[in-house]
Amino acid sequence: MTTPLVEMNDICISFGGVHAVDHVSVDLMPGEVVGLLGHNGAGKSTLIKILSGAYQKDSGDITINGKKVEINNPRDARALNIETIYQTLALADNLDAASNLFLGRELVTAFGFVDEDAMEAETRKIMARLNPNFQKFSEPVSALSGGQRQSVAIARAVYFDAKILIMDEPTAALGPHETQMVSELIQQLKAEGIGIFLISHDIHDVMELCDRASVMKNGKLVGTVDVKDVTDDDLLGMIILGKQPGQAA
Amino acid sequence: MSDIAVPTAKPRSFLETLEIDLRLLGMVGAFIVICLYFHFDTGGRFLTPRNIFNLTIQTVSVAIMATGMVFIIVTRHIDLSVGALLATCSAVMAMMQTQWLPQTLGLGLGHPLIPWLAILTGLVTGAVVGAFHGYLVGYLMIPAFIVTLGGLLVWRNVAWYLTSGQTIGPLDPTFRQFGGINGTLGQTGSWVVGILCTLAALAALWNARRNKARHGFPVKPLWAEGVLAAVIGIAILGFVAILNAYQVPERVLARNFAARGEEMPEGFTAAYGLPISVLVLIFVAIGMTLIARRTRLGRYIFATGGNPDAAELSGINTRLLTVKVFALMGALCALSAVVASARLSNHSNDIGTLDELRVIAAAVIGGTALAGGLGTIHGAILGALIMQSLQSGMAMVNVDAPLQNIVVGAVLVAAVLIDIIYRRRTGAK
Ligand SMILES: Nc1ncnc2c1ncn2[C@@H]1O[C@H](COP(=O)(O)OP(=O)(O)O)[C@@H](O)[C@H]1O
Ligand SMILES: [Mg+2]
Repeated sequence: MTTPLVEMNDICISFGGVHAVDHVSVDLMPGEVVGLLGHNGAGKSTLIKILSGAYQKDSGDITINGKKVEINNPRDARALNIETIYQTLALADNLDAASNLFLGRELVTAFGFVDEDAMEAETRKIMARLNPNFQKFSEPVSALSGGQRQSVAIARAVYFDAKILIMDEPTAALGPHETQMVSELIQQLKAEGIGIFLISHDIHDVMELCDRASVMKNGKLVGTVDVKDVTDDDLLGMIILGKQPGQAA
Repeated sequence: MSDIAVPTAKPRSFLETLEIDLRLLGMVGAFIVICLYFHFDTGGRFLTPRNIFNLTIQTVSVAIMATGMVFIIVTRHIDLSVGALLATCSAVMAMMQTQWLPQTLGLGLGHPLIPWLAILTGLVTGAVVGAFHGYLVGYLMIPAFIVTLGGLLVWRNVAWYLTSGQTIGPLDPTFRQFGGINGTLGQTGSWVVGILCTLAALAALWNARRNKARHGFPVKPLWAEGVLAAVIGIAILGFVAILNAYQVPERVLARNFAARGEEMPEGFTAAYGLPISVLVLIFVAIGMTLIARRTRLGRYIFATGGNPDAAELSGINTRLLTVKVFALMGALCALSAVVASARLSNHSNDIGTLDELRVIAAAVIGGTALAGGLGTIHGAILGALIMQSLQSGMAMVNVDAPLQNIVVGAVLVAAVLIDIIYRRRTGAK
C-alpha cells in the first residue's frame, strides 16, 4: 500500500468557543481527488486553511508522505508544495494578473530587481492554456470579471509545481464553459499524480470528478465514502441529515 | 462576448498612446496654474530663478519624508510622529557635532569625520526608532495612529530633553552644505548632473522598450517614445538652466574671495546651480521609485496595502514588512533632519513642528489613497511642491498667516474630494 500524500488526523480548531473543526480526520493519496462536502459553515474552508497554513490547529497532527510536519504559516505550506485556491481568491486587487500570480515568488533579474516582463510573459503562457480568452494583462485585477479573477487564482496554484492542490469552490464564479475547463484541468493534474482536495457545493461535480468524498456537518466529520459506492441521494443525506449511507434516518 | 482572442485595434487618443497617467497630468496642471497665478499677482516675482531656487530648497525636507509616507499610507498605516522624530534626529546630530564627538570623544571641533559620523548616528537613530514603531504596530498590533501619536509627544520631548531646549549651533560647515544655499554644485557641476540624469532617463526608457519588444509585447509607437523623451529632457535640463540662472550676489562672491585671502577678478560672476539638498532629494526619489516598482519589498508593500489577507496567504511576512516600512520612514526623517537643520545652520527646539501634517498632506495630494494600495513617489514629491508653492506664494502676496493655513487646509480636503470623484468616474479603485 502506498503512503498517503496527506493525512490530517484528529484536527481541532475553535474560534472563541465555536468548534469550527472538531476532531476531523481526512487523507489524500497521490493522483486522487477527494471532495469535501457540507453546508455553509460546516468547517470545510477552515479545515483546509489549516493545511494551507492560514490557520494554526489547536490539536491534531498532519503528515505529508508519511512524515509528521508542522505548518505554521503559508510559507511552510508552499515549501511542502501545497498550493491553494482560496474561496475568497486572495488576490491583491490593486495589482495586475502577473503580479498576483507571482506574489511572494517574484522572478528577479541578475541584479535582484523584479523582472516584470518575464513574469508577464510566463503569465501569458499559462493563461493561454487555462483561459485563452484572457487578455487583460496590464490592468489591476479589480478590473477583471469574476471568472477572470478566478482563472488568475487557479493559474497561481497550478503554475508552481504543486504536489498537493487545495481548491475551495474553484468554479463558484465561472460560467459552464470555464467550469468544463476546470474539470479537464483537474483530470489532467490528477493524471500527473497530484493529490487534490476539492471543496464544492455541487454534488454532480463531486460525483463526476472525485474518487472519494468526505462530508462535514457542524465542524464534525460525518464520514468518508468511495464515490462509486454511493448515489447522489446518499451524499445529500450525509450533508443534510449527517447520517452515514445505509443508516436509518 | 466582450473579450475576444484577437486584440482589437481601438482608436487611441494622443494621451492614451503616450501612456501618461491623467491624474499626474492633472496635478502638473494644478501646479502650473498656481505658479502662473502667483507670478502675475506678484507682478512677476514668483517665477524668477531666485524664487524657484528658494521654493526648491524649502520643499526638500517635506518631500523626502513624503516619499516614505507613501509606503506607510499604502500599507494602510499612518505616521504622525515624523516631525517629532525629525527633531530628535536633528538634536542627536547637533549634539554629536557640537559636544559629544568634539568634547566627550575628544575629536576636537572641525575634525573632518564629524559631519559624517553625526549623519550616520542620525540615520541609525531614525531607523531604530522607526523600526520600534513598526514593531509596536506590526507585532503588538497597536494601531499606528496611536503608536505615532504617542511618538509625536515622546520624540518631540526627547529632542527637548537632549538639548535642554537650547538652540544648538553653529553646525559643522561641511554638514551645513546639505542645507541648500550653502552647498550648491555651481554651473558646470549642475550641467553635468543634469545631462547625466537625462541620459539615465533615456537609457531607462530605451531599456524598457527593448525588454518589452524582446518578449513580444506591444510597445508604444516610436514617435510617442520620442515625445516622452523630449518632455523629460526639456524638464530636467530646463530646471538646471533656471537654477544656473540664479547668480551669486556680488558681495557674497567678494566675501568668499576675501575669506580665501584672494582678490576678486573684475567682472567675475558665478551661479548657484543645483543645491546639494536637491541632489539628495533626487537620489531619494530614484531610490524610492526603484524600491516601489522593481523590488520585492515594494511589491509586498503594495500587495499588503491592496489586500493584507491575500499578502499573508501568499507567504509575505506582513509583520516584518511593517517594521521595514516604518524603519525606512525613520531613516528618511533623519535625512530630512540633516537638510532642515543644515538649512537653519543650527538645531532649534521647534524644528519640524507640524511637519507631520505637511508630509501627510503632500502624500495625499500626490494621490496616495488612505484606503491603501495606491500611491506614487513622484506624486508625493509633486504634492510637496504644490503645498510649498501655495504657502510661499501666499506669503509673497501678503496673505495673512491665519488665512494661509486656512487655504492650505481647505486645499487638502478639496484635493482628496477631487481624487475621490475622479476615481469614481474612471471606475478605478
Ligand atoms: N477567522 C474566524 N474567526 C471566527 N470564526 C470563524 C473564522 N473562520 C471560520 N469561522 C467559523 O467557523 C465555522 C466554519 O466556517 P467555514 O470553514 O468557513 O465553513 P465552510 O467553508 O464549510 O462554509 C463558521 O461557523 C465560521 O463562522
Ligand atoms: Mg467555505
